[in-house]
Amino acid sequence: MHEVDMTKCLLLSMTEWRQLHAPHTPRVNRVHLQVGAFTCVEPAQLVTTWLVAVRGSWLEGAELVIEAVPLVGRCVRCNATYSPDPEQAYRSPCCDQSMEEIVSGRELRIRSVDYVLPDAISSAAGSPAPTSQASASPRETAPSHAPFATAPAL
Amino acid sequence: MHMPLEDTLGLNLLAANQHQAEHNREHFDAWELLCLNVMSSPGAGKTSLLERSLAALAGEYAMAVLEGDMTTQLDAERLEAVGVPVVPITTGRSCHLDAAMVSGGLKLLRQRLDPAGLDILWVENVGNLVCPAEFEVGEHRKVALLSVTEGDDKPLKYPVMFREAHCVLITKTDLLPHLPVQLERIEAHIRQVNPRCAVIPVSATSGEGIEAWHQWLKAQVAAIAPAAPAALVRA
Ligand SMILES: Nc1nc2c(ncn2[C@@H]2O[C@H](COP(=O)(O)OP(=O)(O)OP(=O)(O)O)[C@@H](O)[C@H]2O)c(=O)[nH]1
Ligand SMILES: [Mg+2]
Ligand SMILES: [Zn+2]
Repeated sequence: MHEVDMTKCLLLSMTEWRQLHAPHTPRVNRVHLQVGAFTCVEPAQLVTTWLVAVRGSWLEGAELVIEAVPLVGRCVRCNATYSPDPEQAYRSPCCDQSMEEIVSGRELRIRSVDYVLPDAISSAAGSPAPTSQASASPRETAPSHAPFATAPAL
Repeated sequence: MHMPLEDTLGLNLLAANQHQAEHNREHFDAWELLCLNVMSSPGAGKTSLLERSLAALAGEYAMAVLEGDMTTQLDAERLEAVGVPVVPITTGRSCHLDAAMVSGGLKLLRQRLDPAGLDILWVENVGNLVCPAEFEVGEHRKVALLSVTEGDDKPLKYPVMFREAHCVLITKTDLLPHLPVQLERIEAHIRQVNPRCAVIPVSATSGEGIEAWHQWLKAQVAAIAPAAPAALVRA
């Protein structure tokens, strides 16, 4: 149930990212996440809530791709990495130490975003070296429902 | 063919919440106060502990409470009775506080007092052992409570909160004689997932362990908000 709040927060984080491209609205194809096993997030649940949450938004149609990152600990005594098992109280099998260091598994990360930028592409198509005037010209971005290929060229 | 772009972000999924949390913490630091995020499953004894600590420490520190509750203001009323300013934050359907809600609570608090005069700001989170651990609110320290009635396996079943906590209080120790659990086992299981945190057994009913808990607390105030306690300056 808290995946709903996680998704809301993810959308806010994506909106922060979108500001970087202002005034253009990137058309996002995929958002790649890394979700560690030692977090409170259930990846499948996150995908479901994402599909609902992006409906009608600028992210509609963007696919959420989740890479599950396993929990890996490092034994404090011998430095070996191991897969902590809750059944074994997360202790290292090599030296029976408690889980001091977590190498991976705490990730809740937006790793990357695949997207197209309507304006950058159309200006690149118009001329190989866009003039400063072209890049500075305020132009409407393609409406989000329009297929990108039909966006007006410069 | 259009060249798709890729931004490598390495950004936290909860970046938006973290930014707001950092913003809150900047305020806390400017006000030189210690902010504590108190978390546990429902009914582990957060409000009871606060009642006791607020009453015991009121002469020494200036304090206020942000009280997270899903629907009611019952806990806020209980704490208000102790004589400390309390701002209720009803979270609605959300099962945890987030940084934006706490920011909203701070706005209300500032209508009543100047937070620069505070030494400790308590945030009682919504009773929930799962998600509050992932949503920072700008706190300096996370305090997790685990009552002896919950059984000794909870740190292993819900490890993230106990891993993140700076201090774990094992509460309701007055009930131990009536239960088939051993304090040592609970403590050992906490240590499995978090070898570094402070673990303090307490009872809000009998007062056992409360002094040790307050010692820990005073050390945190001294580390985070080393200015002379505001309550003493005013005196
Ligand atoms: N025996 C005993 N009971 C306690 C102790 N602390 C709290 N309780 C009881 O446990 C119940 C829940 O206590 P609260 O303080 O309301 O717990 P809480 O964590 O604030 O609960 P929520 O905010 O609803 O999640 C109450 O009936 C308390 O009287 C304790 O130290 N010993
Ligand atoms: Mg309470
Ligand atoms: Zn080892």
